[in-house]
Amino acid sequence: MDFLIPSTFAEALAIKAERPEVVPIAGGTDVMVELNFDHRRPTALLDLTRIAELTEWAPSENLLRVGAGVPYVRIIDELGDRLPGLAMASRTVGSPQIRNRGTVGGNLGAASPAGDTHPVLLACDAQVEVASVRGTRMIPAAEFYLGVKRNALEPDELIAAVHLAPAAAPQQFSKVGTRNAMVIAVCSFAVALHPEQGRVGAAVGSAAPTPRRALAAEEFLAGELSDAGLWESPKPLLDSVRRRFGELAAEAASPIDDVRGTAAYRRHALAVLARRTLGWAWQDYCGTGETRSQSCA
Amino acid sequence: MPDNSETPKQQHKRRTVLKAGGAAAIAGIAAAHSVTEASAATQAQDAALAADTEASAVPIVLTVNGQARQLRVEPRVTLLDALRERLDLTGTKKGCDRGECGACTVLVDGRRIKSCLTLAVMRQDCAITTVEGLAKGDDLHPVQAAFIRHDAFQCGGCTSGQIMSAVAVIDEGHTGSTDEIREWMSGNICRCAAYPNIVAAVQDAAKEKRP
Amino acid sequence: MSKSAPVRTPTDLTSSVAGGIGASPQRPDGNLKVRGEFAYASDLWHEDMIWGATLRSPHPYARIRSIDITEALKVPGVYAVLTHSDVPGKNLYGLEHPDQPVLAVDVVRYQGEPVALVGADHPETARRAMERIAVDYEVLEPVVDMEDAAHGRGTPLHPGGNLVRHVPIRHGDQQVTAEVVVTGEYEVGMQDQAFLGPESGLAVPGEDGGIDLYVATQWLHVDQKQVAQALGLPLDKVRLTLSGVGGAFGGREDLSMQVHASLLALHTGKPVKMVYNRLESFYGHVHRHPAKLYYEHGADRDGRLVYVKCRIYLDGGAYASSTPAVVANAATLGVGPYDVPNATVDCWGVYTNNPPCGAMRGFGAVQAGFAYESQMDKLAAAVGLDPVEVRIRNAMHEGSLMPTGQVVDSAAPVAELLRRVKDKPLPPVNRTEPVDIREMPGGASNTTHGEGVVRGIGYAVGIKNVCFSEGYDDFSTARVRVQVIGGELSALAHTAACEVGQGLVTIMQQIVRTELGVERVTIAPMDTTIGNGGSTSASRQTYVTGGAVRSACQTVRGRLFELAARKLGVDAVGLSLHGGKLVSDLHGVLADLVDVLGDDVVDETVEWRHRATESLDPVTGQGNAHVQYGFAAHRAVVDVDVELGLVKVVELDCAQDVGKALNPEAVLGQIQGGSAQGLGLAVMEEIQTSGGKIRNPSFTDYLIPTVLDMPPMSIDVLELADPHAPYGIRGVGEPPTISSTPAIVAAIRAATGLALTRAPVRPEHITGT
Repeated sequence: MDFLIPSTFAEALAIKAERPEVVPIAGGTDVMVELNFDHRRPTALLDLTRIAELTEWAPSENLLRVGAGVPYVRIIDELGDRLPGLAMASRTVGSPQIRNRGTVGGNLGAASPAGDTHPVLLACDAQVEVASVRGTRMIPAAEFYLGVKRNALEPDELIAAVHLAPAAAPQQFSKVGTRNAMVIAVCSFAVALHPEQGRVGAAVGSAAPTPRRALAAEEFLAGELSDAGLWESPKPLLDSVRRRFGELAAEAASPIDDVRGTAAYRRHALAVLARRTLGWAWQDYCGTGETRSQSCA
Repeated sequence: MPDNSETPKQQHKRRTVLKAGGAAAIAGIAAAHSVTEASAATQAQDAALAADTEASAVPIVLTVNGQARQLRVEPRVTLLDALRERLDLTGTKKGCDRGECGACTVLVDGRRIKSCLTLAVMRQDCAITTVEGLAKGDDLHPVQAAFIRHDAFQCGGCTSGQIMSAVAVIDEGHTGSTDEIREWMSGNICRCAAYPNIVAAVQDAAKEKRP
Repeated sequence: MSKSAPVRTPTDLTSSVAGGIGASPQRPDGNLKVRGEFAYASDLWHEDMIWGATLRSPHPYARIRSIDITEALKVPGVYAVLTHSDVPGKNLYGLEHPDQPVLAVDVVRYQGEPVALVGADHPETARRAMERIAVDYEVLEPVVDMEDAAHGRGTPLHPGGNLVRHVPIRHGDQQVTAEVVVTGEYEVGMQDQAFLGPESGLAVPGEDGGIDLYVATQWLHVDQKQVAQALGLPLDKVRLTLSGVGGAFGGREDLSMQVHASLLALHTGKPVKMVYNRLESFYGHVHRHPAKLYYEHGADRDGRLVYVKCRIYLDGGAYASSTPAVVANAATLGVGPYDVPNATVDCWGVYTNNPPCGAMRGFGAVQAGFAYESQMDKLAAAVGLDPVEVRIRNAMHEGSLMPTGQVVDSAAPVAELLRRVKDKPLPPVNRTEPVDIREMPGGASNTTHGEGVVRGIGYAVGIKNVCFSEGYDDFSTARVRVQVIGGELSALAHTAACEVGQGLVTIMQQIVRTELGVERVTIAPMDTTIGNGGSTSASRQTYVTGGAVRSACQTVRGRLFELAARKLGVDAVGLSLHGGKLVSDLHGVLADLVDVLGDDVVDETVEWRHRATESLDPVTGQGNAHVQYGFAAHRAVVDVDVELGLVKVVELDCAQDVGKALNPEAVLGQIQGGSAQGLGLAVMEEIQTSGGKIRNPSFTDYLIPTVLDMPPMSIDVLELADPHAPYGIRGVGEPPTISSTPAIVAAIRAATGLALTRAPVRPEHITGT
């Protein structure tokens, strides 16, 4: 096995173009397990950890561009206020040691249906910036996940960054695991309010071959909110609305029975998570609204 | 592919391919440190490995506990295996091979990581600290001393990792309350469940500032 | 003699901090452990050593048509490829019945059964060679149902059929009826010991044709016997030394790599190291027996028990291991720590093609405990009593009769333990706004801010036998030497009893200090140059090896008095030792022991056994089968998110009688550790199998409690001396594992109103999905 150490992203892309079979490695928290148990014998590894530009985040137009190599711990510490959903999900990844190394880029590269950040990226309409020697393109998160551990990358492409809008309204992430730390998601759910678009982003994780947008739930809620004019004058949501949102979110999943949980449980739990997270996000939204109107008065 | 991709290709061939006979990329790092010989044990072990792994082994330098150590490893060798099997530093333990137990926790440039989930070749220009590097002679590190004082272990299988995590937790400033210590120590499993004593030891050690 | 010694062999533990029995001195191995210098079995290294690896069956049940090793032998760097035909001695071993092949012959009975061995210059080489061993299997339909196996249904997996042992107990009136009857069916999942240091060791061929084996085990001499038989060597040619043990909990009582590494070493003439990874470890040791239990409790309207009838099935998997003893425990302790005038108990342990099961902390008493305590809660509900009150009404006490007819002849403070946990203050309900999600079920995963969270409280009490039972000749051997080294009085204690983390080495030092008044006490490495120390299991080492060390000290003391009498011309009667001085009843301090000893060395080895037990009558199950009983009670407080089925154990208080706390800090450590493993079984730990195959052989999917799962514990330690035991001690390690699980499940039931008849409780059970 060769070990390739590019020091710039351009170099890395050149290698990937020449040897598309090389396996990129950054935090190593996914790739290394496969190597340790011989599930994978790559002919070469591409070490992305020395590429400074991957470990940077910066505003980019109206969005935040988060380099693929920014570890979870920095997302929590440095971007928790601007990307609260992503930070909440990052906080549930593995352990403190894993969060020091693991990256959103790695989560996307592995494309495990159980990856913790995926539902947030979907709910926040994130764009995945991928690059090759042929150029750079943006892939909406919703088009990025193709199947179990399969994503939309071409063989010569690498993940450069994710682009997300700084949160203008509350976001929530919630994950079911059967232990209080270091646990893989049985299922997870993210919700992000987009008042400027008059809609809500919602997505399920670990409950289908890929993480998925809960489109029917999004559409239902957008309709309910605009019909009642709730974006402009927020009031607590009817319990029936939250419940229906939960049911529709659960219907977005097509889970399986596995060692971590049954399909029926996953559907059930997703309905609960969706109902609760929407409640929390909306309550925050109402809270901010009140504060705003009071300060205006 | 257009022909103008030639330049970057040549570059990576010259500079970035780390494999047998292609040690240029790390020679510079090696020169930057004083180099101690690997122990006799390690050398003998190297000889045993040679037949099988010579083809893809690469020479690297790891800076462990302040000493630069030269060794040859296959790129697929984890930092954990390099420490344990090659550098004779067996204090770092192997419990699960997948980052789920914390026994292999070491500090890399002051941050704690699980050494089973990183490759030795990726850690060449880093300062690696293992449990063997904490004490100064007979003087234990305050965390080590606190672990003894609080009987914060039974079998000791997780202890090296717990101690390395504890050193980092204190540096990170996550010792404000027992709840905070528990959250930030949750990446290290203790099957003997000496958890109450571990938390007490971390809390106690956090009060001491090392001179 | 071996050719040479490995690097990092176990050494004398010389660190000796003052403290006799009743104190909590620091561990003599503590400094080494915190420095990363303690020599664990996985850390051993030997010049010129090679690596061993084990090819295991992928099938739970298959006939082996052929094994072809030709290609494997061609791999450069391979020194040996061995199969069953290379086993020079008896190719069968086992703790109680030798029924397990060292290497499979014509059939494999569980997934992971060893089929062939490779010795190579590097683990990677060995792995490649193993890929080239061609085993032709005829896959057979596995036997997986324990009840079928118990009752003669299905393919017999061993010559005598699939029943390993049936223990019946018939106590009192078998026809009696009662006004109130509660019944229940319960299940307990397969739990793993999950010790953090996987199986490992080093075998060094000796010049005499023998073998020196450095290994992490729980019982050196039973390993020695089994290894010698498999190698066809006399016992004295198989020498074992205990290396550092990274946890045991029962999982190291059976052999793992011991014979395999030795075989490779003898064949190649080279030292052989074997280390399992976590995946292999799941296949490399026995687990806790999964169980199905059927119970019927009859009582009067006041909740006083009239009878208990139960049928208990324990799945022993492919080989017997310690199943017979586990069956006896589950049966004899099957009605719990209660006065039960009439009992009908049947317990079966069986062979199936599931993973082999054997010893794990609690050893049969855990499975029964979950069922009988669940029943006591049902009974409480049926008669309208508080769960603690119904237990206290039926609590056994000193003088009570076990269903085996054995009289409990030392303290049995069951009611007191229950009262103590009940009387402890309850934690406040955390409903402050905003909630700290870390305090909620689900924790940082942010699943609830209080929605759906219901508090529940549950109680349980358990009983465990201490030491080996049923007439087993259970003893330990201790050698104590006293001499003057560098002008200082020094003692050395040497046994073959395995330190696995529990702190036996500390206890040995404390006993020597107390008995001989010598402060400096060295612990020699544990090995087979001394006689049997018995197993580090059954909560027995402080009792039996502690007893042996004390006895050896007493013999040494007698010799010292004789020496003093001769040298000083005084009467040996009426002498005693205090702080290194020889003291006479009549004349006070006579001399410094240092001066009395001079160059003399007093060195005594003693074999010590506890009082004898009896076998059980095979028809009625009657007999004085046990040495001692230990008791613990728990109160669990849980918050359950009833909508998501997630549980947070808020508090887990415990009261336990330990007879005498030789080392109070170590006692607390054992209670915390045992309780944590019980918590794991209650809410997360299970090896899931399907068709005999393990579905979750990793720490990603076999979950064990983290620091965030383990709640604070308030612990009351009672010290009601057992007059039959050394210092009055009572075994500590296991009782808390037994009552922890049912207390937590009872608390979850209280929160949810659900029946919850299976441990571990999964979210699916709570949400009904």
